[in-house]
Amino acid sequence: MLTPRRLAGRLLTALGTLAFVLVLNFVIFRAMGDPKHDLARNPSLTEAAQEALIRQRGLDQSTWVQFVRYLKDTLGGDLGTSFITNRPVTEELLTALPNTLLVVGVATVLASLLGPWIGLLAAWKRGRARDTLLTQGSVVLYSMPSFWLGMVLIAVFAQWWQLLPTGLASTPGSTATGLAHAADVARHAVLPVATLTLGLLAQYAVNMRSAVVDTLREDYVLTARAIGLTPRAVRRRHVVRNAMLPVVTVIGLNLGFVLGGAITVEALFSWPGIGQLTMEAIHGKDYPMLQGLFLLSSVLVIAMNLAIDLLYGRLDPRIGD
Amino acid sequence: MEPSLTTNEEHRATARRLLGHGDRGRRARAATAVRAVLRDGRGAVGAALLAVFTLVAATAPWLAPQDPRAAASFSADIMAGPSAGHWLGTDENGRDLLSQLILGTQDTMLVGFTAALVSSVIGTAVGVAAGYFGGWVDRALGVLNDWFLVLPMIPVTVLAASLLGNRAADLPLGRTSVLILVIGLFGWAGTSRIVRAEVMSLKRRAFVERSVVLGAGRARVIRTQILPNVMPLVLANAVVYVALAVLTESTLSFLGLGDPDRFSWGGMLQSAQDSGAMGSGAWGYFLAPGLGITLVVLGFSLLGHAIESRVDPRLREHR
Repeated sequence: MLTPRRLAGRLLTALGTLAFVLVLNFVIFRAMGDPKHDLARNPSLTEAAQEALIRQRGLDQSTWVQFVRYLKDTLGGDLGTSFITNRPVTEELLTALPNTLLVVGVATVLASLLGPWIGLLAAWKRGRARDTLLTQGSVVLYSMPSFWLGMVLIAVFAQWWQLLPTGLASTPGSTATGLAHAADVARHAVLPVATLTLGLLAQYAVNMRSAVVDTLREDYVLTARAIGLTPRAVRRRHVVRNAMLPVVTVIGLNLGFVLGGAITVEALFSWPGIGQLTMEAIHGKDYPMLQGLFLLSSVLVIAMNLAIDLLYGRLDPRIGD
Repeated sequence: MEPSLTTNEEHRATARRLLGHGDRGRRARAATAVRAVLRDGRGAVGAALLAVFTLVAATAPWLAPQDPRAAASFSADIMAGPSAGHWLGTDENGRDLLSQLILGTQDTMLVGFTAALVSSVIGTAVGVAAGYFGGWVDRALGVLNDWFLVLPMIPVTVLAASLLGNRAADLPLGRTSVLILVIGLFGWAGTSRIVRAEVMSLKRRAFVERSVVLGAGRARVIRTQILPNVMPLVLANAVVYVALAVLTESTLSFLGLGDPDRFSWGGMLQSAQDSGAMGSGAWGYFLAPGLGITLVVLGFSLLGHAIESRVDPRLREHR
């Protein structure tokens, strides 16, 4: 049960973690390079303009003054200005985020349906050929870097069979609107979504299989069988419901981390989301942008952790304090 | 001390020590464990895969048929398909792909092993300190541990690698050492959690309590009683972490954060993408490095899980 005390504890932990990330984000830029160089040395500006930027960002002042200013700016939603586009980092992030959430969201839904289903199929025929095939197949799939899976998909579906576009979120120069535009975007999203889905579902299948194998050993499953429930009913009402619990946790935790995985997939497909932004920031040494991207992905992980923690207490009444 | 507090095994260990057979006992037990891991199908496949790749890495300079840095003298040799001279074809500079692939094995294995070593050393130190000393040390390290556990691995390593990359020129392996450091430094949190739990249970066991009663200092107890007993667990965890380190390394190299002057599989995949290998049907260019990564990762995770199910008390009864 979620007591107020427990809720407060969880919120406090999340806030503490957020504070750590804020400090880390400040320190990492100063520990690993000259902040004056990294945070203001925009190569496309003149010498005088760069000096002005250094003064304006307060980088000539003491570390403590800089830290207080950084905290004030960040908490107020000001993450600095991108070197590349000269637009506020916050604005750039908010423009790119929906595109990423679209791909990540669809892939997560598909993987959380398919993965556990495959895991259940394997566990139900434990030790048989079907189990071996599905389980070992998932383990191999899990060992593949997701961006490489994407490269293979591009080679097969976009180049060899020419069925699908290789990159971007829509056909360049297309003036389609409404439904036609949505269909165009959907066609472009097929391969990135498939890549991310394949990367995730193998893990969920393996998790689900071992959760089901554990559940099948429980007394209540034996009882359910003994009182004459059909195998279908046992599976639905007793096995799946209990085995899903740990799998739901993994899926939830992954939601936060998927953003990191989207970096390579978006880079591969030139998908205009967070990952694409990260690649541009790395290549252009756009440090304010990198700082913002790291903060955003950390905040998402922290938020997902908190959500799972709170949700878990509701899903499993045994978890209490 | 009550004799009932010690188990048979501990009596035997004491006897062995008194008789001067301590080392043989430990070695015999290690041999039994290795045999058990290899009898596990996963362990055997994993060990075989790793043996092959370690051999390739060790002999790479002799094994590579050509100088992977030698560019083609004829334009016909650029992005060429497989031929008798180049089994996997050539890259956009006409350099032999098979030789690049073979040399890439070295950096993949090197980064995987050393990053896992760095993270295991930090994870063990933090886990032992938290578990053994308890109290405020445990609480402080626990908070730190939780923080590192939720850091998103790819974004944080991307950030750190691109920042540290500025100074990579002074380091021995260039940007490759940056990857080792970054993957090692941000990956210890899982290990220290497992080690902490094990140390807390070891601390209360009779043989540890006995040496405390007999007057052994903390440093000595940790060195002679705690560390040898957590090592199998650390090893199992480290082997699984190598798999993750290899995947992370290939991701970072693919994103252009690796050393452009060295050969790595992730770096090859990056060049394959940049030179349009998927469009021009240069299958060898992007299939071979990806298969290499997959097999190495598979080898380490299979072996790691086989060791884990033998040494992790929580898994021992299962499966």
